[in-house]
Amino acid sequence: MKLELKGITKRFPGVVANDHVDLEIETGEILCLLGENGAGKSTLMNILYGLYSADEGDIVIDGKVQNFAGPGDAIAAGIGMVHQHFMLVPVFTVAENVVLGVEPMRSAGILDLDEARRDVEAISNQYNLAVDPNAVIEELPVGIQQRVEIIKVLFRDAEILVFDEPTAVLTPQEVDEFFKIVDKLKQDGKGIIFITHKLKEVLEIADRIAVLRRGAVVGTADPATATESGLAEMMVGRPVDLMVHKAPSHPGEAVLSVSDLTVMNIQGRKAVDGVSFEVRRNEIVGIAGVQGNGQTELVEALTGLREVAGGTVLIQGEDHTDSNPRQIHNAGVAHVPEDRQRSGLILGFTLTENFVLDSYHAVPFSEGIKMDWKASREEANRLIEEFDVRTPSSEIPASNLSGGNQQKVIVAREFGRQVDLVIASQPTRGVDVGSIEFIHERIVSERDAGSAVLIVSTELDEVMALSDRILVMFDGRIVAEKRPEETTNAELGLYMAGAS
Amino acid sequence: MSDVTPTSKPDQPEDRSSFVADVTGVGRIDWRSNILIPALAILSALVVGAIFIALGDLDTLRLWGSDPGRALSETFGTLGDAYGALFRGALGGINPISETLTRAAPLILAGLAVAVGFQAGLFNIGANGQMLIGGMFALVVGFQFDLPLLIHIPLAIVAAFIGGALWGAIPGYLRAKTGAHEVITTIMLNFIALRLVDYLLTVKFFQLEGRNDPVSKSVLDSARYPKLIEFINPRYRVHLGIIIAILVAVGVWWLLYRSTIGFEFRAVGANPDGARYAGMNVVFLYVAVMAVAGGLAGLAGGDQVVGTLGRATSGFSGVIGFDAIALALLGRSHPFGVVAAGLLFGGLAAGGQAMQATTNVGIDIVQVIQALIIVFIAAPALIKAIFRVRAEAESAQVSQGWAT
Repeated sequence: MKLELKGITKRFPGVVANDHVDLEIETGEILCLLGENGAGKSTLMNILYGLYSADEGDIVIDGKVQNFAGPGDAIAAGIGMVHQHFMLVPVFTVAENVVLGVEPMRSAGILDLDEARRDVEAISNQYNLAVDPNAVIEELPVGIQQRVEIIKVLFRDAEILVFDEPTAVLTPQEVDEFFKIVDKLKQDGKGIIFITHKLKEVLEIADRIAVLRRGAVVGTADPATATESGLAEMMVGRPVDLMVHKAPSHPGEAVLSVSDLTVMNIQGRKAVDGVSFEVRRNEIVGIAGVQGNGQTELVEALTGLREVAGGTVLIQGEDHTDSNPRQIHNAGVAHVPEDRQRSGLILGFTLTENFVLDSYHAVPFSEGIKMDWKASREEANRLIEEFDVRTPSSEIPASNLSGGNQQKVIVAREFGRQVDLVIASQPTRGVDVGSIEFIHERIVSERDAGSAVLIVSTELDEVMALSDRILVMFDGRIVAEKRPEETTNAELGLYMAGAS
Repeated sequence: MSDVTPTSKPDQPEDRSSFVADVTGVGRIDWRSNILIPALAILSALVVGAIFIALGDLDTLRLWGSDPGRALSETFGTLGDAYGALFRGALGGINPISETLTRAAPLILAGLAVAVGFQAGLFNIGANGQMLIGGMFALVVGFQFDLPLLIHIPLAIVAAFIGGALWGAIPGYLRAKTGAHEVITTIMLNFIALRLVDYLLTVKFFQLEGRNDPVSKSVLDSARYPKLIEFINPRYRVHLGIIIAILVAVGVWWLLYRSTIGFEFRAVGANPDGARYAGMNVVFLYVAVMAVAGGLAGLAGGDQVVGTLGRATSGFSGVIGFDAIALALLGRSHPFGVVAAGLLFGGLAAGGQAMQATTNVGIDIVQVIQALIIVFIAAPALIKAIFRVRAEAESAQVSQGWAT
């Protein structure tokens, strides 16, 4: 089967999301679609999957022009999509999820779950997926849930499989497993479209690479000859420095001292279990770990957002175990939160309002209860300038900015004042390559200016590149402490998976 | 999620903005969603209301079979009479305008009470109860103390605010401390306030001497809002209340968009997680928001007691506290929008009365029109489809990233 996208153009009011995009893929090959957030990858795939209709251009399969009115038509034509956010019913079994919507029936419309189980087993065995059809989804790890999504697509006889940022949620080991699966799918004659912004993965797995920038295909590359920096330059449109440059650290006295900290999660279970560590001046400490091993709760406890169940938190020698977020802010702590849209920004507010979000209550931004919007706007414009936030004005809502620029707004707000401690959670999640470079530079310069820096990231490469010291968190505990120069991704990956 | 948004973001927090004005911190107004859409909604409601009026005219309906031409002209005659009477009753002369303003005052104040709640993400259905309690506070000040006018009136206003604020703070506190949803608690507190007032009005301290029905003592003249144009004709009822309402609206605008308190209110409304992260005390804010909202509704109750009526009667708030919800929605929760919507609803109420008196069309049709306005406001997609308004709010957002 051969799939061609010819001259696909999609316009939204004020913007061209896809600009005459030409792509083709045949079964038995892996096409990587590389592009930053907002480059138009998702729009393009949604058109291919029948969710949007293109303003111009055709989808052609084996020479025949297709007209998809919805995902049903796309599935019928042999296209399958594995979304970044899984579309599974958590309380159903694997088999039930796989057949959902196309349930095998006995006579009189009775659901034939036995057949469903047999089908799931057959597919699972064919591709070495090792998925139990009777397992309940919510009890499965993320990596296995992804395989269920793959089985779902295969069950619907897909010939071309689209993966949207499939590795974002996986551990390094799971990524390796996943690549084996993808390779097996290719060997079996499936066509794969692999959407990502991670350069390493592209070089590892692609047969062909297409780079999308601002809605248009700006180039194709051969993975045998392409380099990471070359691809990055194509993606961003200018040379990008992928290395984090930093001098060796000379740590000073401890700014953050955590001892025997215990924190409960929402369900009342121990999420952080007796953790102790220090972060010192002029030092970046990185916490690595798979999402959900207590990092979120740890950061929330340190920043006053979550109650501490036991242990103590000292900031510059002062006890801040039970402080609220404002007290911690006033103690000279900058906090870049894990989820910028949920807590770091108020999306409907203007940039000015977001820039003063945690300092509005004091001079110069207010006097008594009177806000000084003039001073606030001046501060906003200063930060926009200094942190290179790409925006037409300080008075537009934060929701209008791209992910990378939204993150820069937060970084600017938090780093724009004198601080002693920086706590940054997933500082570059969903951020474009260009902004990553910038944010990393700022983090290093905070360190060099004398701050203590704590980074929490599920991106192992990021932790390795930034940290002077790495702590690995697993199941609420710190299970390893390493210096980046004396360890490898593979070793850390083992600790992250719970090996000791 | 709208079908034209290019990137799906399932993790985004719940979008509460549909309740709230698309207004930025400096109070800039997006004319399309805040002026054009409400105006078109009003127009649509009047058109659909006309259909109801035509359907209610049985004599003309019968004519359609035999003489469609005459039926058509009679239908238009009926509609012309009805809407003509409505318009004249609202704006056709000094007395209609006086009536419109008299009715608009408590609507504006109660509408502000709901709007402040919306701005802070809280759905205050309790304006009616807060009005009743605030009105009772003003009543006591009004008949119990004998003071000079310049002290008495401000004191009554402050009492009305405090009464409503206390009643409003209860659901705020329950929400903050126990998570009890304010929709439920405010509705229940409406019932409690209604019956409490009925009871109090039969207690000797409140009740008018010599009466057995629930009617209160009269407010002393020194606490009554002065009538504004009494010198032209004593029957013109419009009083200080409308001026107070408009001043309060300006004050609420200042509070929301120019003060730190309003910044916190709006922040907690737009994103409570973000507000908490930024160091705001969300628990305190829920109580404060509801107290301010309740106080504003209390002012509406005070307007009725020491302004329009001069006393308290059973259920003196009428349905003002519920019309206020519609009004806040129509006004997009912006104080000035609420003023405009309050004037409109005041006009509809005054005009509806005149329409009922002079034509065969009942005042119920006014309620129908008000309800239709809200249906059209609540379903902006409908308006956009009917009038082909381009939907700017749904425009796509694509990287304005580095390469630009």
